[in-house]
Amino acid sequence: MSNASVLYDAPGPRAKRLDRILNWVFSLVFVAIAGLAILSAYNKGIFDDRWTVLWDPPKGQTAADVWHSLLVRGLGATLIAAAIAAPIALVLGGMLAVVRRGILLKPVTRSATVLTEFFRGLPVLLLMFLAKLVFGWSPLWSVVFGLVVYNVAVVAEILRAGLAALPKGQREAGLSIGLSAMRTTIVIELPQAVRIMLPALISQIVVLLKDTSLGFIVSYEELLRTIKLNRDYFGDQYLLPLFLVGATIYILINLSVSRLATLLERRLRERGSGQPKTPIEIGPTGPIPQSGIGGPAREEGARAGDPLFGHRARGGGENRP
Amino acid sequence: MQTFVENFGTIWGGFLATLSLTAVAGVISFVWGAVLAAFRVSPVGPLRTFGTIYVEVVRNTPLTLMFFFWVFVMPTFGVIFPELGFWPAVVALSLYTSSFVCESLRSGINSVGIGQAEAARSVGFTFGQTLTHIVLPQAWRTAIPPLISVLIALTKNTSVAAGFAFTELVAVSQRLMNANPSDGLFIFFGIGLLYLVITIPLGILAGQLEKKVAFAR
Repeated sequence: MSNASVLYDAPGPRAKRLDRILNWVFSLVFVAIAGLAILSAYNKGIFDDRWTVLWDPPKGQTAADVWHSLLVRGLGATLIAAAIAAPIALVLGGMLAVVRRGILLKPVTRSATVLTEFFRGLPVLLLMFLAKLVFGWSPLWSVVFGLVVYNVAVVAEILRAGLAALPKGQREAGLSIGLSAMRTTIVIELPQAVRIMLPALISQIVVLLKDTSLGFIVSYEELLRTIKLNRDYFGDQYLLPLFLVGATIYILINLSVSRLATLLERRLRERGSGQPKTPIEIGPTGPIPQSGIGGPAREEGARAGDPLFGHRARGGGENRP
Repeated sequence: MQTFVENFGTIWGGFLATLSLTAVAGVISFVWGAVLAAFRVSPVGPLRTFGTIYVEVVRNTPLTLMFFFWVFVMPTFGVIFPELGFWPAVVALSLYTSSFVCESLRSGINSVGIGQAEAARSVGFTFGQTLTHIVLPQAWRTAIPPLISVLIALTKNTSVAAGFAFTELVAVSQRLMNANPSDGLFIFFGIGLLYLVITIPLGILAGQLEKKVAFAR
């Protein structure tokens, strides 16, 4: 194995053999399981002409109709709900966080805190039902309402954590040059808090995107419901191809937004002074120097395996708050 | 208000349903998540690949999609649950939550200072000894607060089962709101409080544990 970890030795001849055997065994097990799954799917007739729904659908529809309903109407509705809800949630969440820190009146801050805690602890679906059944709103606005109310609370909480993590001197400096508490919060602290919390905020956007699929339950015609509607029209056996298309779309979008968050996190860390470029991990997935005796350690350079000077970044792992 | 009091029996049933779904799915996803985390730090390549792919795919799948898969798609493969409701919900929630459990555990393991593992290695501990005596005891402490957050999220996520024929709190509230729209706000706050009864103590527990862990280091 090429990527080694501090958790185990550089493999000797015996360990290497064992390694190779284990690699083969588990690879074969996984291949066998996958093969069995495919075989049983084949026996169930999964690979018949149901897949034609994606390029030559039955019932006089064209492939363009199917893809239009999936990508334009379904995915479009999903993205519209997210595109309306995300900016509102970010702005209101920011305002709530500012109120909690910038206004020095106890009743105001306390009610802002209670509001955040209350809505953070509720399921989004309950909020959507509130809008739909009690307020009588349309499915789209019910979905947007649920997403906004929940995410305002979460964004406010993320920014509160970011504001609390700033060095005290920032606030003191702002106050001492005569800015009010509110102006200090908005002008000095908030921009820094947003910057350090940007990855967390983007991850929250992924959560929001995922939660748009709750619209399926409140009968908002987003991607998942479009898939269901297509199934109802074409017939049950056509569900699997349609579902796979939908799942792929969701996963691709969310993966790319998550990647964006990771990338931003790395860039932010690189710009900070004296900080590691990549998080140091013990697990084999990280850029771990091999510190075993002999082995690839020498390839890591003179400082490999040196606990004091080898990787200053390591301190980052130990000095948690 | 009156609706809420009159139907308290139904609401209590929903509360218990939510609780039991949380408990069963929680236990299963903690076990499976721990297995996945072990896969992801193991020396065996194929296991690591499996763990990584599983976590990446499942974490980026909406939970509703996961429910949809087990309720509507799996029957085409011949996997049909004897009855809709509890068990499909347990399966979907466990598979979904376990990926987050795995990530919390793994970040706990990663948070242990690399010098700790090096020290253990240098006094001659094997992989297993390093893990069980040095790394895991420390990793646990860091992982517990995020694990509680995962549990809180799971509690709220059980509500998705309402859309797939399981009568828990949100399904009960939907029924009551439909029947008595004028009392809707009371029902909403009542049901909301029942969720907070579960989530807020867990949140406080997580906060206190976090403080304790921070002092211990």
